[in-house]
Amino acid sequence: MASLDRPGELLIEAIRLTVNGDTHDLGVPSHYTLLEALRYVLGLTGPKQGCDKGDCGACTVLLDGVPTLSCILPVQEAIGKEVTTIEGLAAPDAPHALQDAFDLTGGAQCGFCTSGILMSAAALLAANRSPTRLEIREALAGNLCRCTGYTKIYEAIELAAAALREERMPAELKGS
Amino acid sequence: MKLEDFREKQIAGAASDEELHEALEREFQVIGRRLRRTDGLAKSSGRAIFTDDISLPGMLHAKILRSPHPHARILGIDVSKALELDGVHAIVTGSDVPETYGILPWARDEYALCIDKVRYVGDGVAAVAAVDEESANEALDLIEVEYEVLPYFLDAEEALAHPEMPIHEPKKPDANGNISKHVRLEFGEVDKLLEDSEVIAEAEYYFEGTTHTAIEPHCAIGWFDTSGKLTVWSTTQVPHYLHRELARVLDLDVAKVRVIQPPIGGAFGGKSEPFDLEFCVAKLAMITGRPVKILYTREEVFYAHRGRHPMLMRYRTGADKNGRIQAVDASTILDGGGYESFGLVTTYYSGQLITAPYTMESYRFDSTRVYTNKPCSGPKRGHGSVQPRFAIEVQLDRLAEALDIDPIELRRRNLLGSDTRTVNEFLVRSNGFLECLGAVEHASDWKDKYRQLPYGRGVGVAGSCYISGTNYPIYPNEMPQSAVQLQVDRSGRVAVFCGASEIGQGSDSMLAYIVSEELGVPLDYVRILAADTDFTPVDLGAYSSRITLMCGNACIDAAGKIKKLVKQAVADGWDCKPKQVALAGGWAFDVKDTGRKMPISEAFNLAEAKFGTLGATGSYNTPKDIHGDYRGGTIGSSPAYSFTAHVAEVEVDRDTGFVDVRKIWIGHDCGRALNPVLVEGQMEGSAYMGFAEAVMEQHIFKETGLHNAPSLLDYKIPTSLDTPELESLIVESVDPEGPYGAKEAGEGPLHPSIPAIANAIYDAVGVRIDRLPFTPPRVWMALQLRADREKAGALAPWKRESGRTPLPAAGD
Repeated sequence: MASLDRPGELLIEAIRLTVNGDTHDLGVPSHYTLLEALRYVLGLTGPKQGCDKGDCGACTVLLDGVPTLSCILPVQEAIGKEVTTIEGLAAPDAPHALQDAFDLTGGAQCGFCTSGILMSAAALLAANRSPTRLEIREALAGNLCRCTGYTKIYEAIELAAAALREERMPAELKGS
Repeated sequence: MKLEDFREKQIAGAASDEELHEALEREFQVIGRRLRRTDGLAKSSGRAIFTDDISLPGMLHAKILRSPHPHARILGIDVSKALELDGVHAIVTGSDVPETYGILPWARDEYALCIDKVRYVGDGVAAVAAVDEESANEALDLIEVEYEVLPYFLDAEEALAHPEMPIHEPKKPDANGNISKHVRLEFGEVDKLLEDSEVIAEAEYYFEGTTHTAIEPHCAIGWFDTSGKLTVWSTTQVPHYLHRELARVLDLDVAKVRVIQPPIGGAFGGKSEPFDLEFCVAKLAMITGRPVKILYTREEVFYAHRGRHPMLMRYRTGADKNGRIQAVDASTILDGGGYESFGLVTTYYSGQLITAPYTMESYRFDSTRVYTNKPCSGPKRGHGSVQPRFAIEVQLDRLAEALDIDPIELRRRNLLGSDTRTVNEFLVRSNGFLECLGAVEHASDWKDKYRQLPYGRGVGVAGSCYISGTNYPIYPNEMPQSAVQLQVDRSGRVAVFCGASEIGQGSDSMLAYIVSEELGVPLDYVRILAADTDFTPVDLGAYSSRITLMCGNACIDAAGKIKKLVKQAVADGWDCKPKQVALAGGWAFDVKDTGRKMPISEAFNLAEAKFGTLGATGSYNTPKDIHGDYRGGTIGSSPAYSFTAHVAEVEVDRDTGFVDVRKIWIGHDCGRALNPVLVEGQMEGSAYMGFAEAVMEQHIFKETGLHNAPSLLDYKIPTSLDTPELESLIVESVDPEGPYGAKEAGEGPLHPSIPAIANAIYDAVGVRIDRLPFTPPRVWMALQLRADREKAGALAPWKRESGRTPLPAAGD
């Protein structure tokens, strides 16, 4: 095994990752986190690096449907699992109800925490189509937003939930 | 394709005949509506490309070696071992970039990398560019720096008392090298009026430092191409100032430097001046011929700082028996940290910006900014005035209590009003403060709650005022503060070029709303290219809440020129007067007969055929010479002032001292809400940030000069579970200077959160917490002291007969 001390001799591991439905055979440095593999190897820059130590939630992706901090997850932990990033949230022909709702209600200001927040919210709505305000707040407790005061984010998630229940787009409900 | 089909396609989303008819009834078509942002879907789908998302071919990664000492002389730096490491391409130290920089032209006191001294733990001393971050980090360990450790100060009062150990060379012989700025201004006869006052509130307040913690860390990429042109992508709120400073410091032709600001992941003032990383990536790119990126670690962001100054504020405020403010006497020490930053401005702001929304017969402030060996303080949302606003609004609460006047009533009795001047001679035009007070009083059921809620629960009120930009730019010049260029395509698409910085507040969208309003094109026919110094006319940046007012006016100016030509061309075709032609909803139509219309693209084509290619520039410059005629009278002088009132409701746990802020009602006068969704977003985000500073945030340092908690886990900012309910109440006073009457909304609504919470704590449990933040230990201690005094008979029990009244259950 090569030493980890020297950058030129980093141990490269061949791994198979399934991300947003695509299967990739990749060579990644063995110390990589899932976030590094997504951003640096696959070019999926939707998940963000805000703190690189699992504090802010901007890197949140779904691992077999479970919101996961990709910046502190060794990439090997994702092998054999379904990784979903913000880029894989929507169907090809339309935005996800959450994306449309965030746009309608002003749930994204700077947008940097947004990808992580949407993944946490998507997992919530997958399990619960009628979340209470408190359930939404609990689902987002691991995602820091510094712009909105969270208010418009709650509105967006509630609007998206209503749209999903009625199988319509948020814009149809809100009329914009 | 038939022409009719082509037209049909061109005006997708155009208004129906009915809608056009209705349009005639409305004052505005786009302004004031709850519309989407131009960048909303890009952000919610993860497609927005932020600075760190950019990767260029052959890009190197750089890291900065930072001082482990709070104060030390650099005796020598040996980079030879680090240079030999595989993968290392270049190393720069202070002597490679020997020109000082600084945001204020008369106070440049920083180097890209320190040359003679380091002044705080984290001051940069060398930068390494390597093939990847790991190699760069490894090289940092091999750089040998010899330091002579110097005595250091972490406390402003201590630094002030020791001029014999200066952190900076004194500006004049015999001056104190630890004083960055001293300002003393007096308006009216303060001492006499204090003496004559019926009541005087006197107290000392301490505002602990806080920092911005935008979720996106600072990042920059430099690229020096073979033609000798430098391009820097940066997370900056001030691309124009960065452009100038890069050229000056690196001794390059300004025309050969290009700054591009991608979308920014939050800023709040924390990215509003040049930082070491921008100079380092530029210099390393020039040496290596490769693109070079630096991404700060979260820890580096905490040390880069430029956040809220700690301030020690001693206030005396006198009122007559009717509650009218007679005199305010403020004395403030600002802890500036290691460098100047905006320090001169902050020092003025600490006094200048509290003279509204109240009349005061007289006012004096004496503010001293002091250097300490900590990361440099700077501007954070509500620059320099959030701290004194805490002090003055709590002072008013004390006066109201002493005079037995409802604190909202006391504020009403001191209304400044509109079209008037403050005691320090700022010209205030529109003023909706009275409506803000009324809105929060009504929405919060104030009259049923103030001093009526059971022990442990309370409400508090506070007001504030803020600038919508400053009348004078950072570097003296006569040119416009903001400019917009429009270019019209034959398809009906309008491109907007503007130097303004979208930092999440919605400035790109604001420009699109204005173009859509003025030229009648659907919103998605407007394209924005912003903040690229090669292509966009200058705007001075996203600071001091200036963009809506200034860029908005510039955009109206530019659009108005095109509108005039288009209406003329259509009118000529219809043989009517131009004023009979309206542009709205994707059409040019006849206001007397909405059935006579043509797609807006066709109208543009007619105008292009008649007048040539359609394009226009527009600009805005601030009113000058409307400020007071005294030294410093320009600082705080603004084209328009916003006003805010908050009511906060809290529940204080008697046993733990924990303050649970249940709700904040935010009444804000933004002049006119160009898009209420965005205005509410600013109000809620501001109130949230003030709440965070009130009860959680502590930007403090260990005895060694190390930051106490440089991570997003340990530096407490509110999660969704911590944040109170926030209710926005927009007040529109329609300012004569603002675009469609608009004023700022991004910073003003932060100010009252803190004093409103402080005053609510007093209403809840009868203790004044004059030091921030209102943490459980601090509140608990105050409750014990009060209990002791109650036991001794010095105080009556607060809001209860005696003994313990059980608190109502949560949710009641």
